[in-house]
Amino acid sequence: MKASYRWLLDLVPGLSMDPEALTEHLALRGAPVEDIVSPGASLGDVVIGKVLEAGPHPNADRLSLCTVDGGAGSVQVVCGAPNVKTGAWYPFAPVGAVLPGDFKIKKAKIRGEVSEGMLCSAKELRLGADHAGIMELSGDFEPGEAFVPALGLDDVTLDVEITANRGDLLSHVGLARELASAGEGRVELPDLPCVEARTLAYLEDPKVAESGGVSVAVDDPDLCSRYLGAVIRGVNVGPSPEWLQRRLRGAGARPINNVVDATNYVMLELGQPLHAFDLGKLRGDRIVVRRAGKDEKSFVTLDDEKRTITSDMLMICDAERPVAIAGVMGGLHSEVDEATTDVLLECAWFDPKSVRATRRALIMSTDASYRYERGVDPEGLELALERCAHLITAIAGGKIAEPVLDCAAREHEPAVVPLRLARIEHVLGVPFTAAQVRELLEPLGFVLADEDEETLRWRIPGFRALDVTREVDLIEEVARTHGYDAFPADLGPYRPGTVPDHPMFELEERLRDALASRGLFETQTPAFVPAGEGDVEVSNPLATTEPFMRSALLPSLLRRVSYNLARGNRDVRLFELGTSFRKAGPGEPPIEEAHLAMALTGRRRPVHWSYEAESLDAFDLKALVQEAARHAYGAAASLDVDDEGGAPYDPLSGFVVRHADGRVIGRSGRVREDAVDVPAWAGDIWGFELTLPAEPEPKPARTHVPLAQFPAVERDLALLVPHGVPAGEVLEAAGAAAGSYLEEASIFDLYEGAGVPEGKRSIAFRFRFRDPGRTLTDEQVDKAVETILKTLTGAFDVQFRG
Amino acid sequence: MTQPDLIDALRALEREALDRIAGANDSDGLEQVRVAYLGRKEGRVSEILRGLGSMPPEKRPQVGQEANRVKDVLAEALERREAEVVVAEGGGLGDLSLPAREPWRGGLHPITQAVDEIWRIFRGLGFTRARGPEADSEWYNFEALNTPLDHPAADEQDTLYLVDSVLLRSHTSPVQMRTMERYEPPIRILAPGWVYRRDTYDATHTPAFMQIEGLVIDEGVSFVDFKATLAEFARRYWGPDTQVRFRPSFFPFTEPSAEVDVKRVITRPDGSQEETDWLEIMGAGMVDPAVIENAGHDPERYTGWAFGMGPGRIAMLKHGVKDLRTFFENDVRFLSQFAS
Repeated sequence: MKASYRWLLDLVPGLSMDPEALTEHLALRGAPVEDIVSPGASLGDVVIGKVLEAGPHPNADRLSLCTVDGGAGSVQVVCGAPNVKTGAWYPFAPVGAVLPGDFKIKKAKIRGEVSEGMLCSAKELRLGADHAGIMELSGDFEPGEAFVPALGLDDVTLDVEITANRGDLLSHVGLARELASAGEGRVELPDLPCVEARTLAYLEDPKVAESGGVSVAVDDPDLCSRYLGAVIRGVNVGPSPEWLQRRLRGAGARPINNVVDATNYVMLELGQPLHAFDLGKLRGDRIVVRRAGKDEKSFVTLDDEKRTITSDMLMICDAERPVAIAGVMGGLHSEVDEATTDVLLECAWFDPKSVRATRRALIMSTDASYRYERGVDPEGLELALERCAHLITAIAGGKIAEPVLDCAAREHEPAVVPLRLARIEHVLGVPFTAAQVRELLEPLGFVLADEDEETLRWRIPGFRALDVTREVDLIEEVARTHGYDAFPADLGPYRPGTVPDHPMFELEERLRDALASRGLFETQTPAFVPAGEGDVEVSNPLATTEPFMRSALLPSLLRRVSYNLARGNRDVRLFELGTSFRKAGPGEPPIEEAHLAMALTGRRRPVHWSYEAESLDAFDLKALVQEAARHAYGAAASLDVDDEGGAPYDPLSGFVVRHADGRVIGRSGRVREDAVDVPAWAGDIWGFELTLPAEPEPKPARTHVPLAQFPAVERDLALLVPHGVPAGEVLEAAGAAAGSYLEEASIFDLYEGAGVPEGKRSIAFRFRFRDPGRTLTDEQVDKAVETILKTLTGAFDVQFRG
Repeated sequence: MTQPDLIDALRALEREALDRIAGANDSDGLEQVRVAYLGRKEGRVSEILRGLGSMPPEKRPQVGQEANRVKDVLAEALERREAEVVVAEGGGLGDLSLPAREPWRGGLHPITQAVDEIWRIFRGLGFTRARGPEADSEWYNFEALNTPLDHPAADEQDTLYLVDSVLLRSHTSPVQMRTMERYEPPIRILAPGWVYRRDTYDATHTPAFMQIEGLVIDEGVSFVDFKATLAEFARRYWGPDTQVRFRPSFFPFTEPSAEVDVKRVITRPDGSQEETDWLEIMGAGMVDPAVIENAGHDPERYTGWAFGMGPGRIAMLKHGVKDLRTFFENDVRFLSQFAS
């Protein structure tokens, strides 16, 4: 809502707040000011100049040579505007003036003629986009008069953010009410220049009213509870007087003509949208408020747009056809223009939900629909209509036909809401007396209907009818007007909650810390992906390139790898924790799973003088896969070489993680070249994705094993193992055969070449034995090693080497 | 020699020997210096120590003390120089000025770090963490939260839909309802998570972003507790001099509703201090009784408060990041600035 500072001041006599104080006050009342614009701020050098004579430039067809009186005697000015006229008034920037954009006016010679100053266009003054010609001013001026005050540009426009519940603040009176309730005077509607206000007579009828040769019928009382129509005959459409134009400009609105300006003025003042129809263009001198008919499919609005209308939309119609979309916008063919002499002024109450549904279906929003959606004052219709009708007759002439048509389908019943003093204290933590509450609520327009010792019953004014319907709404008003900052903020005791900390957070923390300490960076990427990377589609995406929700995190992560490689970052180690989405049954929400993904490329370790740079390989990947699986599933997860393979990995390049229940819960490997877009120099990229448990188990309790008091014995064993026999299986079989004294079995060397037959390799195992109860004898250890050897040679095609 | 003469002589010897030690460039040279001063037979310091016996007993301690001190100083200087010489000759532990052998450094995403910092404070105020689905129903996202779908307030968070009435949650507030349905008060939870809006990417908007919800429900919880706890959070997060301001606002699921602003005191590198402007950090308020009722609790008995804040915005303010998109580019040069 754009509000004029001067307008607000005029509504609250005695109010003394500068724009800054006013801004602060509104912010603390819940209506923060987002922007303060003073259009005249940088136009202080501009004066009003009179063109005494405009003639042709001797050396240029498109230029004129003018004599301008800018207050300091007449000067010669070269002007390029086609609309310059002798005797007219224009904004004039004399030599030395500085215009917006730090544009300094200098004495110049243009095509051989001296020019001392510039006649300005609206665009040059940043007052509009019009650059076709200079800005002709209408009114009585003195040459050299300061431009800014003469045009009322010394006003300040406040752009106030109004929350969705406060339709009443979409008006100057509404905002003024918040200012006045601070104890600074009270709201009074000022008399308008030349307007003689008086109460009009109404012809009330719940269905059809007829007066002044025009009838109004409301066919759909659910969507239009009241429709006032004033016939005004004999108007003279033209520009509005300067004061009115100034007002509108100060509130950020554009003057159009006196009739339309009058309706906009009253809407900005009181918040009630009004519409003026050209009565001459209405067929049958009739207004019918009804829904669009079956064969009424389109409608051209004021803005010359053809709109598709449907039969659930409320329309204002004449005897034959729709003439306006109720509460949204009027029609082009009934618009008031310069030839209009008779108007029908509409002032109505339309159902907020209906207006909202209609304007959403039409994908449009207007000043009127914005206000109707948020609720206009059902008790303020007469005031708005009378103020507007009188204003029209004052500035455009004409006569109001009385009685005014009043189709009142439904009476507005003001609500009475009880407010318990004890409840105020219960919610706000501070006691309020009845007197205090009255002092806080009455200036806002709430009327005390009755009271007893415990409860005050408040009659809700029409302009808050939608917003304040319950006790808690009044409690908020008490807190708001008392001032949130006036409440204490002392931290008191609290009871611990019953909700356990969700175990997924702890698992995520453990995974994050483990992977970050192993040199990986956590990423965050939005869950939107292109087609092919998910089966859950967003039905109304803004970006059509990524309309799906991801079923896996790795593709997004690989794009981050590409992004980094493209920027020359060669060592990229990333992981992400996020949600995967998969389609469930029709109409059901998707299945969500927590996932972990990682993608790595580059060197195993940073460049160092002590070793050769080596690239990350499958065993680096294996360590990370094991680590993640251990954190997520503990002993329930096991790792195998992925012998099925498949996209996005190269065959036999990584590992699968299996759950004890048989599910494959993770896959990893070297990412296939066609699965990621990388520069030619990029090395292998390793990827991994793991489904995390839906309900992570807490870390298992650990019982410590007493430390052995007796020494361990180590034995090495080298075996010739053919290629194709997996070393891991041999190691596992050896461990199983070693007996109860085995403490640890490991592989410490791998060798092929001289001394080892073709097709085989030498694998060196190390076994550590220990008896917790006594010192092991050599015989015991020899026996264990013998058993290992025997078992291995029996199970595999392996030979003892040493 | 008299006693003062002897002490002077010892000090002169010390200076002379230290010069020679500094000047020696190999082990042999150092050995010669050692023999010349500390050698058992001919060492000049040793000589003086040996001569102590012939001195008057009352003078012995002073000279003896000084001679031993010089001996220790020289022995230590010899040892250090010896090590230097060995290193210079390529031996010893080598050139220790060479760079360290470091592992790769990794780290948590800056927005995760912001969430963690916020969580640690609320944990200290008795909160636990809760979760909810990211795809949810209109009921949980709007209607249960006292936001009729045909109310203009539903517009303010332009929502992404999947099918029919299933949507991507536009805020973390559905977790309020899901938690209240499942647990009895007292409830004190924090719910960080992703939320989705129908926004295009720009410097301050992304269609998906992190939000942190907070909810307290119990008997006797008032607006005073609400203000106190959030002001306490702000001071713990931004420093004890932080000012906190509560401004009226509107959210359909809280009443009274508030925006919370902070004004921080920043210390410049030169030590001078500066106050920032008011910065909006969260939307909050007392939980609307309709919401408590929708969750199956008695709003006459229970009251509470709730808030929602954006850790992305807070991370932007904290680290001076001007464009929210930087967080989602995940350039490792950016991420490594927040390494653990």
